[in-house]
Amino acid sequence: MAENQPTIVSTLRGGLWDEIPVLRLMLGLCPTLAVTTGVRAAMTMGLSVIFVLICSNVVVSLMRNLLKPHLRIMVFTLTIATFVTIADLYLKAFMPDMSDKLGAYIPLIIVNCIIIARAESCASKCGMLISAVDGFAMGLGFTIVLCFLASIRELLATGKLFDIAIMPDAFVPVAAMAMPVGAFVTLGLMLGAVNFLSKKKS
Amino acid sequence: MDLVISLSLGFIGIVLINNLVFTKFLGCCPYLGVSGRLDMAFGMGLAVTFVTTLAGTLTWLIDHLFLIPCGLEVTRYVCYILVIAGAVQLVEMYLRKFFPPLYESFGIFLPLITTNCVILGLCLFLNIWGIKNFLEAVVLSFGAGIGFTMAICIMAGIRETLEDADIPECLKGAPITLITAGLLTLGFMGFAGMIK
Repeated sequence: MAENQPTIVSTLRGGLWDEIPVLRLMLGLCPTLAVTTGVRAAMTMGLSVIFVLICSNVVVSLMRNLLKPHLRIMVFTLTIATFVTIADLYLKAFMPDMSDKLGAYIPLIIVNCIIIARAESCASKCGMLISAVDGFAMGLGFTIVLCFLASIRELLATGKLFDIAIMPDAFVPVAAMAMPVGAFVTLGLMLGAVNFLSKKKS
Repeated sequence: MDLVISLSLGFIGIVLINNLVFTKFLGCCPYLGVSGRLDMAFGMGLAVTFVTTLAGTLTWLIDHLFLIPCGLEVTRYVCYILVIAGAVQLVEMYLRKFFPPLYESFGIFLPLITTNCVILGLCLFLNIWGIKNFLEAVVLSFGAGIGFTMAICIMAGIRETLEDADIPECLKGAPITLITAGLLTLGFMGFAGMIK
């Protein structure tokens, strides 16, 4: 095996800070904008992505010596589609309200660039354990970003988080935050803040 | 005549009012990644339009003629993704044979259309909206592609102009594009309620 295989610690750090999905890797923006109207929806989406990431990373890593180069994207996509079907059926059965709210965005996990990118850059090259840890770390990073964005939007749009009123009574809710405008502008400002902080560091 | 009117309204609806980029957040990755050049954006938009029309129609047909009658809805997502991958492969072969320079200039973007949210999203939304009419499915698929082309061309035009603007260092690139997209969304909200 190669000498410079990533370690578990470096994989965890990568997923949670250095290469955190939405803010650094700039992938997976569609669900970030779409499901972050509320923290509950964001968490459900995040947990589904963690499940699909770990499962697909493990399966691709087990298959990695059998992949033909020009067919590999198709194989990745089919594997991911299978696990997303499982996740979708689970949500439809046990959390029907959340499934209705998330609508088409759960099946859209299939084309979420993060999962295919991780399958391509990590799972097809590393062993099963590292791939699983990578899937977990990337998924966790993604969930953290989603929940952060969702909490900002939910707080400003309704003054409440998880139905607990946080803002004072005199607060006028910013309805724009619940609409697409709020999503795009907040994410743009968050990315700008991340750029600013990394420039300051270096 | 009624059919023509309802089809036209459906087309206008999906291009302006329910635009897949601005209201459903689909296709954000190529939206940000496509270079700020208008001609490349237009070419990409046309390729996506071709694939959406083909994929949307085929997946609707497969759904209604095969999956639902045979009770195989579980395999829906796998079938959809296979059809989309096949359609993209077709476009790639066609472009490589008949328009080699265009094929070269696309580079990595063409295979990436397979993972473009717009196409799978469109197929899924056709399913969710319960479209029962074949012609309506064709018109909506075509309209979705045209809507995406329009959105991406507007964005490319704005980005070309933004290159000369005085943007703060930390906002250059993706952040300012997202903020601009947000303001575009606000503008397009003005169309809401246009069709009863």
